[in-house]
Amino acid sequence: MQELSLNILDIAQNSIVADATLIEIGVSVDKNDFLAITIRDNGKGMSEETVRNVINPFYTSRTTRKVGLGVPFFKQAAEDTGGTFRIESELGKGTFIEAVFDTNHIDYTPLGAVWDTVSMLIQMNENLDFVYTVRKDGAEFVCDTRQLKEIMEGMPLSDLAVVQWIKEFIRENQTEILKRSY
Amino acid sequence: MKSLQELQAIRDKMKANISTTRDNSEAKVRVVVGMATCGIAAGARPVLNAFNEEIAKRGIEGVMVSQTGCIGICQYEPVCEIFEGDTKTTYVKLTPEKVERIVVEHLVGKKPVTEFTIGAVK
Repeated sequence: MQELSLNILDIAQNSIVADATLIEIGVSVDKNDFLAITIRDNGKGMSEETVRNVINPFYTSRTTRKVGLGVPFFKQAAEDTGGTFRIESELGKGTFIEAVFDTNHIDYTPLGAVWDTVSMLIQMNENLDFVYTVRKDGAEFVCDTRQLKEIMEGMPLSDLAVVQWIKEFIRENQTEILKRSY
Repeated sequence: MKSLQELQAIRDKMKANISTTRDNSEAKVRVVVGMATCGIAAGARPVLNAFNEEIAKRGIEGVMVSQTGCIGICQYEPVCEIFEGDTKTTYVKLTPEKVERIVVEHLVGKKPVTEFTIGAVK
């Protein structure tokens, strides 16, 4: 993947397929420039055995092909920087994924346009809710579709003008919080 | 800095123009973009974005854009399938530029862009 925001889009698709109704995506940067990406959903979750398997590229729940690269790609991107990766899941409860990256490592993949990922997820999945949070140095920005839907009073979030507003809303606030691009 | 007040203004404008809000509940044409790992890695995000933007920009009615997982032809990604009645057209190796032509010539002009279809790829 050319940027981590594409990994986020890819992993979030798994949450959608798992029938999640709420998907929480977080990006946070600590004082050592370590960047953590978290994705939490309330979908159907996985058994212990499946959780062990998803980090294996030669495992997939699909029957049409023999590989499943989404989770392995994300894990490798984190571990290539000397970072960490963990996945926790419980049947009926949901799944949590955290990938930590050393952004000063030469093999760090840029975070990229997360606003494009989040706005697309919102646009294409109007019936689901998304919470996107950015944190650095004690400052926090939250974009919560439950709040946006309340403001919209029934008008669709998938309207192009709204999607473009959401994109800019995230891009401007994220840039303000992170101070620079990662 | 964008604030939530701006969103309220957009909402009020939409409410005033309610008749122009596109209703795709009876879409006759479906555009389905492959958004699995293979598609995303090959550039499906800007392609899907381009379909959404070009269709909205031109006010095209009756077209629903949606996404799907891996279609099984990963080497041809980004891929999209356009369904109209019993007909399916499969476009491969898409870019936002190709999408613009597909929207204009296929969705508006009703003439598929043969050179971008899977049949034209060796």
